[in-house]
Amino acid sequence: MSKFSGLGGRLYRGETSVNFIGRRRRWYALSGFFVLLSIGALAVQGLQLGIEFKGGSSFTVNTSNPSISLARDAVEEAGVTSDPIVQLVGTDKVRVQTQALDPALNNAVQDALAAKFSVSAADIDTQIIGPSWGKEITRKALYGLFGFLFVVMIYLTMALEPKMAFSAIVAVVHDVFITVGIYALVGFDVTPATIIGFLTILGYSLYDTVVVFDRVRDNTKAISAASTKTYSQAVNLAVNQTIVRSANTSIVAILPVAAILFVGAGLLGAGTLKDLSLALFIGLIVGTYSSIFIAPSVLAQLREKEPAMQALAKRVAARTSTPASGSSAVVSSVAVANGRGPRNQPKRKGRK
Amino acid sequence: MSTTIKPIKTSSRPGRSLAILGLILVSLVGLVFLQDTKSLQLGLDLRGGTSVTLQPRIAPGEEGSVTSEAIDQAVSIIRQRVDSLGVVEAEVTSQGTGTSRQIVISVPGDTGRRVVELVGQTAELRFRQVLASGSGFPATADAAATPAAGVSAELNAKFAALDCTKPESLQGTSSDLPSETLVTCDRAGGAKYILAPAEVLGRQISSAAAGLDTQAGSAWFVSLEFDNEGTSAFGALTARVTSLPEPTNQVAIVLDGLVVSAPRITEAIPSGNAQITGSFNQLEAQDLANVLKYGALPLAFDRGEVQQVSPTLGADQLNAGVLAAGLGMLLVVIFTLLYYRALGFVTVASLGVAAIMLYTLILLMGQWIGFTLTLAGIAGAITAIGVTADSFIVYFERVKDEMREGRSLRTAAETGWLRARRTILIADFVSIIAAVLLYIFSVGGVRGFAFTLGLTTLIDLIIIFLFTKPALVLISRSKFFNSGHPLSGFSPKSLGLVIAKES
Repeated sequence: MSKFSGLGGRLYRGETSVNFIGRRRRWYALSGFFVLLSIGALAVQGLQLGIEFKGGSSFTVNTSNPSISLARDAVEEAGVTSDPIVQLVGTDKVRVQTQALDPALNNAVQDALAAKFSVSAADIDTQIIGPSWGKEITRKALYGLFGFLFVVMIYLTMALEPKMAFSAIVAVVHDVFITVGIYALVGFDVTPATIIGFLTILGYSLYDTVVVFDRVRDNTKAISAASTKTYSQAVNLAVNQTIVRSANTSIVAILPVAAILFVGAGLLGAGTLKDLSLALFIGLIVGTYSSIFIAPSVLAQLREKEPAMQALAKRVAARTSTPASGSSAVVSSVAVANGRGPRNQPKRKGRK
Repeated sequence: MSTTIKPIKTSSRPGRSLAILGLILVSLVGLVFLQDTKSLQLGLDLRGGTSVTLQPRIAPGEEGSVTSEAIDQAVSIIRQRVDSLGVVEAEVTSQGTGTSRQIVISVPGDTGRRVVELVGQTAELRFRQVLASGSGFPATADAAATPAAGVSAELNAKFAALDCTKPESLQGTSSDLPSETLVTCDRAGGAKYILAPAEVLGRQISSAAAGLDTQAGSAWFVSLEFDNEGTSAFGALTARVTSLPEPTNQVAIVLDGLVVSAPRITEAIPSGNAQITGSFNQLEAQDLANVLKYGALPLAFDRGEVQQVSPTLGADQLNAGVLAAGLGMLLVVIFTLLYYRALGFVTVASLGVAAIMLYTLILLMGQWIGFTLTLAGIAGAITAIGVTADSFIVYFERVKDEMREGRSLRTAAETGWLRARRTILIADFVSIIAAVLLYIFSVGGVRGFAFTLGLTTLIDLIIIFLFTKPALVLISRSKFFNSGHPLSGFSPKSLGLVIAKES
């Protein structure tokens, strides 16, 4: 641990510096690959939507001797014509999922199951979803998503800088995209709790990005006057300075979520806890990645396009006498201004 | 306390901040005892019961859009129906905003099935001629001796036996067939009626409004207007009944099978424009106008989601939630102690204070606004441990940075705070925006998640300002921390200063 803390000091002074910004094409390529994969998975497989979105009924019987065939018989006797999905949950539960049924048929299924397993109807957990319910939740979730992005964009523009707000939003959209893609790829069930998880990721990922950007703003306040670092170098230093914090925060955020996931999936089987925490778990990891690798890179790229920053890059290049062959060469050579050479700086230079 | 101006303004009355925090904690705990809040209000998913979420829509065959008033009306209709079951603790609320609200019904125990059957039907408004009326109590022998003309003996007997003080008599709904004679109560249960088949329907109303007649001594009235069909039907009805004896010259306005009002018809109204006058106050007039407007465009209730949780599952979920919370807290405590050493105790203490605040606030919210803790709510609180701990990390890392610049811990605790404070404020605000929007745009139990997430973020702000920062300032004065003891979390080694000298 103390070795790791010592690393914090070296990162802070820029002695140990990981060149995040200079290798942005690598991160873009990686993210691009995952985004394409997500689109592919969404197009080919689509999302595994829970009955909340399709409409239908779910009955879970708590019984000491769960039996799939017994449950099937009960559903058939009740007069359900479509083929139900019957599965065992844990050791003492059997779950039946059917298509949307009318209220009378729902009651009939419940009664039949109660009779077959000789339990009281109150001991059967039921969930009945109307056919239009899914549209309602989806609509609300979309409103929530766009409302959130809009409000946050305005807020970050005021609290930080417009280009920071934009980069943060790009990173967040990237996170949601990849998380949803993972869901499509693996085939995890998507329920309303999952959607809430997705929306919460937005908040988390932004929280991380805001901390990095706040440091960027600190580092770049007097950057034009000093002419010792290019904008990209200043951003890179900020990312390095906050990386210990980012790592710690992510660990601290993931630990409780992992606890919920462990308890929810391990002890309860499917349900709100598992769905929510799984979405958060995946999203947190993706969110941490994007707040370190994607958001600062996008920001640096946007700002380097400004004439003032290009002029600055030229001045810095002249000073450190590094041949400036295009902006990507400049940003990839993290020359440390105080003259101390970065120790584990890789000896690569220039474009890919 | 002296008020000398120091170079750094935030400096340094940690005692006062801690005292304020102490005061907040004591008053929260005091409120809990004063209000006699004994236990948490648990959601149905944690103690078993049925919840039904209804989506109000325009009834099939109607045109127009759902209005906010119509949903208010729908909520009170559904509440009336659910109350008629006589289940204590049954709750009817609306969730969401404006016209996209849902109606959520929660009933503990196993009465769920009856509720589901009860709440699905469309509530309609009808005008029916009164054939007989009486007070809401079951008639004694002599009162029953005057059967209303033109009513079967069977209905007369039913009328005589009807007890409007019983909750189940105020259910209305299905018995209200327009083509049949109806025996029913008024909404409050104070009067009962025998009513003729419906002659004018609610959907034949084109508009209704409450108004104030300034000439007649500020009397409130309700005006209503019918469409073409309604005008002729209402004209015929009023022309026929106006000359009849009491109470048959009254026309009852029946919503969802219960009488809302039964005005006497003083003249034939062929124009389609009617006024209902009486001793209304403003509120009563507006209520009646809203009932009529609702009748013009009745809503159907789609059963969006019905969820029945058995007590077994409820208990399982509660245990799982508590276990996950404990486990999550434990993991975070272990990590912070390993990484921050003695400094980690500040974090642990902060989390402890945050937990006490959250618990008392949830207790009080249950009392004040009927907030119930659901499984999703517990998940929100656990997730927020991360947000809370993050503020400390931002602050501590900043302080370390300041010390790397060569400042003493004592100074760094203040200068680091100035910079960390802004970051924490911006980041927490983003978190609060997320929680508020999630709360507005989510449905059902999951809203609990947004609620506790938002609440904990606010608590986080209080804690970091009033506890963590003053606590760090206090310990920065102690020798153990200031001398950079290896276990303090501020040793030169853990700051990386030793290595810096080597290079």
